[in-house]
Amino acid sequence: MKKILSTPVSAEDLKDIKIGDIIYLNGTVVTCRDVAHRRLIEYGRELPVDLKGGCIFHAGPIVRKKGDGKFEMVSIGPTTSMRMEKFEKEFIKETGVKVIVGKGGMAEKTAEGCREYKAIHCVIPAGCAVMAAVEFEEIIGAEWTDLGMPETLWISRVKEFGPLIVSIDAEGNNLFEKNKKVFNKRKEQQVKEISEKVRFIK
Amino acid sequence: MFDKEKFTEIVSNFVTMSGKILPDDVTQKLEELKNAETGELAKTVYKCYFDNQELARKLSRPSCQDTGVINFYVNAGEHFPALGQINDCLKEAVRRSTAEAPLRHNTVAIFDEKNEGTNVGERAPYIHWEIVPDSDKIEIKPYMSGGGCSLPGRAITLMPSAGYEAIVQYVFDTIVDWGINACPPLLVGIGIAGSVENAAVLSKKALLRPIDERHPNPKGAQMEKDLEKGLNELGLGPQGISGRSTVMGVHIETAARHPSTISVAINVGCWSHRWGDIIIDKDMNYEIISHKGAKI
Repeated sequence: MKKILSTPVSAEDLKDIKIGDIIYLNGTVVTCRDVAHRRLIEYGRELPVDLKGGCIFHAGPIVRKKGDGKFEMVSIGPTTSMRMEKFEKEFIKETGVKVIVGKGGMAEKTAEGCREYKAIHCVIPAGCAVMAAVEFEEIIGAEWTDLGMPETLWISRVKEFGPLIVSIDAEGNNLFEKNKKVFNKRKEQQVKEISEKVRFIK
Repeated sequence: MFDKEKFTEIVSNFVTMSGKILPDDVTQKLEELKNAETGELAKTVYKCYFDNQELARKLSRPSCQDTGVINFYVNAGEHFPALGQINDCLKEAVRRSTAEAPLRHNTVAIFDEKNEGTNVGERAPYIHWEIVPDSDKIEIKPYMSGGGCSLPGRAITLMPSAGYEAIVQYVFDTIVDWGINACPPLLVGIGIAGSVENAAVLSKKALLRPIDERHPNPKGAQMEKDLEKGLNELGLGPQGISGRSTVMGVHIETAARHPSTISVAINVGCWSHRWGDIIIDKDMNYEIISHKGAKI
């Protein structure tokens, strides 16, 4: 059965969710990436949207204005979450955001933030921007549009947004950090074997 | 007489299409890798990849939202007319595709940090030229690489004492450190030359040939195969969530080096490797090499 969360999400909702689980989300999602993080944390500017119990998506979409003046999500997919690592722990603390969606892993500080303030980080398969766009039912707001299309905070209503693969759970377990240890171990052996075959400078 | 309007229209339509439909070699390789996966998570991710491509085609939308800063690799026949007008045409083609596809606004001016929303700007689209002797045709390869798969790009100049062994180490370090975020399975392009700028251009050109086409030198071809096998043993899996493979392929491009240096550069293409190859003749007849049977 599909595990579907709805915003606002509570700490209680995240209790039984573990890394590697697949979940979906109903409710409101706000796109939020580099500059918005920088403005809140570094410049102390108030975020123009309430994220308590909410979901942010590290994403820069293609958006189109329709005939009726409303915006439509054309293509939307995750961007590299690691770019926000520097700010994310404090961001979680300041905003009360509960679900962060992006791609690739995030590091230790974000995992700490997830554990301390009860939040999760998930990845949605990247490059699947039409699949995700059709899960965005309606764009209900746009803030900080001065940042341009990719960086604007697009506030949207989503239905069964996913599949979201949990990469950091509310206990601070980190799927990608775990995987990376395995990849690094395998790497040593492979480099050794191949190096023996490429001694072309003699 | 060179038909500027017709030429611009063909290129614009081709760019627009390339952002929506993956080339044949990529689709075929992904199919192979998908079928080899056994784990639930990896299978789920590959299903998303294929469902997404179908939706992009059906709804006629860019399959990935990050349509990159467009690069064109142009192989111009020496007898193709009006070579002096091609730069203008390619810029105009990108301007049109940006509105029509639509492409994401990705071109940010250096220092002024402004995004004009056209994907046209200083040296954007970026155009790489090569002149082909005894030809009156022009071959154009547009490439859309997103930020995610451009981030792992790196280059270094090694001393010969480090040898090709250091190249192997550099490739593996790059892929483990940066590959996860670049949307695996990746296509890995390696340039080997005498200085970094030569190696860097070659590493990108390595991504613009059909997957599995091998280096002409048997040692180069073998190194490609060994790296490919070794990287797949790491098992990054689709999106780095672990699985049976890491890469779609490894391509090496080379230029003779200086005796004192050995430079290497790495660039990767993501699973959604949106490159195209079209050949246009002087009468504006065209042949699409990368997407057989595609309509533009």
